[in-house]
Amino acid sequence: MDFLGFVIICVKVLVVFSATMLTVLMMVYAERRVSAFMQGRLGPNRVGPQGLLQPIADGIKFLMKEDIIPAEVNKPIYLLAPAMLLIPALMTFAVIPFGSTITLFGREVPLQVADLNVGILYILALTSIGVYGLVLAGWASNSKYSLIGGLRSSAQLISYELAMGLSVVSVILLAGSLKLNVIVEDQQGYLLSWNVFKQPVAFLIFLVAVYAETNRLPFDLTEAEQELVGGYHTEYSSMKFAMFFTAEYANMVTAAALTVTLFFGGWDVPLLNETSMGALGAILSVLSFILKTAFFLFLFIWVRWTFPRFRYDQLMKLGWKVMLPLALINIFVTGGYLTLTSLR
Amino acid sequence: MATIVKSYEPTFWDRLYLPALAKGLAVTLKHFFRKKITIQYPDEKYVPPDGYRGLHRLNKYPDGKIRCVACEMCSAACPADCIHIIPGPSPWEDGKERFPVRFDIDLLRCIFCGFCEMACPEEAIELTEIYDFSNYTRDDLLIDKEGLLGVYELTKDTNYYSRPNAGQDSEALTSDKF
Repeated sequence: MDFLGFVIICVKVLVVFSATMLTVLMMVYAERRVSAFMQGRLGPNRVGPQGLLQPIADGIKFLMKEDIIPAEVNKPIYLLAPAMLLIPALMTFAVIPFGSTITLFGREVPLQVADLNVGILYILALTSIGVYGLVLAGWASNSKYSLIGGLRSSAQLISYELAMGLSVVSVILLAGSLKLNVIVEDQQGYLLSWNVFKQPVAFLIFLVAVYAETNRLPFDLTEAEQELVGGYHTEYSSMKFAMFFTAEYANMVTAAALTVTLFFGGWDVPLLNETSMGALGAILSVLSFILKTAFFLFLFIWVRWTFPRFRYDQLMKLGWKVMLPLALINIFVTGGYLTLTSLR
Repeated sequence: MATIVKSYEPTFWDRLYLPALAKGLAVTLKHFFRKKITIQYPDEKYVPPDGYRGLHRLNKYPDGKIRCVACEMCSAACPADCIHIIPGPSPWEDGKERFPVRFDIDLLRCIFCGFCEMACPEEAIELTEIYDFSNYTRDDLLIDKEGLLGVYELTKDTNYYSRPNAGQDSEALTSDKF
């Protein structure tokens, strides 16, 4: 790789990383504000215009707080766990294409940090690694609440990752590739070519599984504060708690972006051919991607403040008895349809 | 007679749960755009309705004479024993013999029941709509005759909280009125 290519990659990494972190900050603010609005309150509106600087005040508060390490914890693992959760959460965004190709300094620059051949598998693998952070945090804390929270998260992950993976399989069948860029290009064209219209069942399964994967309500059994105090992060304070917090929101950002990429045409603007429009097309595609992702991030908050939490057996029943068979049937139907049409 | 209550059999559409989920989301979205009920207290103030029982005042006649005749009906009616009156001869030649030399109310004891204004034969003592008169010392919450007459001046024409400069004046009330 030449020097210019290296610089471009570095800039892309920097942009994607800071955009993700900024979105996380905005999500912390939006969560509080939207929940307040839905409850007829105003929410934080004092720090900065409309309270927009509230997350910065929160961040300073986290940094200044006393960092307590409880006496009986397994120290190395206790200290490692937040990083084990946060780092994969920030890494997953690397393969998501956030715009079409742009021409810079006479070369084509795809708006994506890394165009991996196994993009989807990379994301699924990293989200699975992330759960180690939860389990280790729960175990190393040496507290029953944390332990139950950690165990629940692993059980929940296994039950829902299957359904999630299988629902993605039907999308992969349609695109014929694991590359996220190819999946996006496959959905180009008119509005109905988005996968959400071709694969509505897979979309629903994926959406529900994503909420379970990110430990968001109605599936936030791992931190169910009424039962488990705070779940896996009960014993964490100060910036280490903030790292768990950041990881949760970073996971949400990635999940929303992935939902858009897989089912809503990624950076595709309906009825528009972005690649033939040059720089304007690239900007439009990035805007379209941001808008769609923002909608799914709003949906995360919206759902959280609408639905009550599942009971644990209901969660397992839904995962194993409904989502998994449904995803399998969906793959069967999709595969059968593709085979029949290719035979002609 | 026994009646058979048929339990509701969920249809296929019900068992999908998706319409119900959409309905739930619609409810929260409706609330999202609804008017917020928060009153941003120090900036905006709640305006109590008529008949609210807040801080007391001593009424005057239009010519400036105090209505109170120091009959001590109010302090007799007071269940909290918070009204202390020292009567004296009236300074005015208007047929009324008595006049309060001192009229003190211990706001820390007062339970704001309004019995004093009901007992008053001259409609002299009245409860106003003022509710935010907290202070830093106990002494500052003993209100005397001048203080009560001052509250009358503040509240005789308009509702205390809908005056044009409601924000700044309330600070003045706590610091120098008592």
